[in-house]
Amino acid sequence: MNFARRFFSRPAAMFGFAVFVAIVMIALAAPLVFARGPFNIVGMPLLPPGAPGLLAGSDILGRDMAVGLAYGARVSLLVGVTSTLCAVGIGILLGATAGYYGGLVDDLLMRFTEFFQIIPSFVLLMVLVAFMQPSLASTVIGIALISWPQVARVVRGEFLSLRSREFVEAARVLGMRDARIIFTQILPNALPPIVAVSSMMVGSAILTESALAFLGLGDPNLLSWGSMIGGARSAMWVAWWTPVLPGLSIMVTVLALNFIGDGLNDALNPRRRH
Amino acid sequence: MKLRYIAARLVKTVLVAIAVVVLSFFLIRLAPGDAATVMAGQSGYADEAFMKDLRAEYGLDQPLPAQFWKYAVTVAQGDLGTSYVRRQKVTTIILERLPNTLLLDAFALLVAAAGGIWLGSMAARRPGSAGDSAVTVLSMLFYAVPQFWLGMMMVLVFAVWLAWLPPFGIETMGSDYTGLARVGDIAQHIILPGTTLALYFLASYARLTRTAMIEVADQDFVKTARAKGISERQVARRHILRNALIPLVTYAGLQASILVGGSVLVENVFSWPGIGTLAYEAVTSRDNPVLLGIFIVTALLVCLFNLITDIAYSIADPRVELGK
Repeated sequence: MNFARRFFSRPAAMFGFAVFVAIVMIALAAPLVFARGPFNIVGMPLLPPGAPGLLAGSDILGRDMAVGLAYGARVSLLVGVTSTLCAVGIGILLGATAGYYGGLVDDLLMRFTEFFQIIPSFVLLMVLVAFMQPSLASTVIGIALISWPQVARVVRGEFLSLRSREFVEAARVLGMRDARIIFTQILPNALPPIVAVSSMMVGSAILTESALAFLGLGDPNLLSWGSMIGGARSAMWVAWWTPVLPGLSIMVTVLALNFIGDGLNDALNPRRRH
Repeated sequence: MKLRYIAARLVKTVLVAIAVVVLSFFLIRLAPGDAATVMAGQSGYADEAFMKDLRAEYGLDQPLPAQFWKYAVTVAQGDLGTSYVRRQKVTTIILERLPNTLLLDAFALLVAAAGGIWLGSMAARRPGSAGDSAVTVLSMLFYAVPQFWLGMMMVLVFAVWLAWLPPFGIETMGSDYTGLARVGDIAQHIILPGTTLALYFLASYARLTRTAMIEVADQDFVKTARAKGISERQVARRHILRNALIPLVTYAGLQASILVGGSVLVENVFSWPGIGTLAYEAVTSRDNPVLLGIFIVTALLVCLFNLITDIAYSIADPRVELGK
């Protein structure tokens, strides 16, 4: 209760939440309202927004941009949320192991994490996705594989500081197994910073997905905001709305998510002030 | 002390380079299909005997450990192998592209640091003012904008609508400018991609500078400096800003690999002939030796960059002792 009040007391967080809910509604409603799908050709190509029946104009193939934008929200949200969940899972597993056991295990895992920080992550992502063949699954797996180190570092730090606290010692004296201590004793206490980091990761995962799709490395059977922008590269000279509208959609979505992330961060750590 | 530290860091860099070579070699070999399929596809001729010849020519018929050993030995000699697609030395290809990327990165970092520190210190002077809020809002916006899209918008506005600047390439095609005229031509071409790349970093630098300066301004030594009667200008510049720059230097070090990766998109949008476009071409044409070469070269560059930031650290903050 207290948490919710703190969260919604920030106008930015409230605004972000409202916009996010609206986007989720659009994503859920898209297949009900536009049953013919985003690839359906509705008229002449490159009609400007406001042309009869075309709220957002048509693209270079004469497809309704508004339908594409609505369906794009589905891809962005799906990839953003699932890839973040996967990354958080990997990050918790490796970060908790490194932080809880320390020593050599910690050293080895951290060196492994460093590899991911030294290699240009976007190039690594392109390689992973190209090898797995561009698809929804490969996009999600690829993004999760390049973004878990952020979570792992936060989790490791929390575990390092929590593992020698009295309640952990007590659990050990009671004869609890390591896995049980990690998941039932320490992890719940480490959750606030994990939630804060991961809420910011959803936005950056959406940006990354759009970049992949823009380069033609997204799922070829799905229309996403990134692939709409990629497809508009030749049309932008004559039809500004073809790249502008999907780009604005990405920006508004990511902005809303970042506002929510900031709000969560403040609500979860009331002592922390900028 | 310093020399010993630098030597230790160099050893670590070499170890990291070895780890990168090993991990990326096996990572890339996990891919289904090999170079022979790619090359056969290119020549439109996928005869079994031809594929067998190709595999023999590139040593792909040997067991993986043997292939790795052969590769490791050539890399140790400073040779990154031969591109499958261009039949050229990988080192030659990378060295041809690298200066263009470094030029773009240097321009972007300079613009980002200068603009970000300026905006950040303006915002920190009066926290909560309209100017401060403007800086915060702007940086939130740049965090949320897809970089490639920002680049396209730059092209749309400055190259298509206003026609002030060239939309792509590093110099005017077919021109044979020399000397200063050529420098001017490249300078015109770098503005749009360079600014696009800079804006994201500028936003984070502004935010970091602002937070750090507000934090530092509250510390005792700043009060002491004021109490000693040092002018406000001097306090801001010599006491606050200098100390506030420290997290900025750390951040710049962390960004090194993002910079190389981020430039894939910006270089792609502006057809900038750098490492980023090369990486993209190598991914789409399955040119594994080039990809491996890029991984190794960029990893080394990142390590080198981190070494430089460590040394810059010790200059920015006299309390830091190298080796700690």
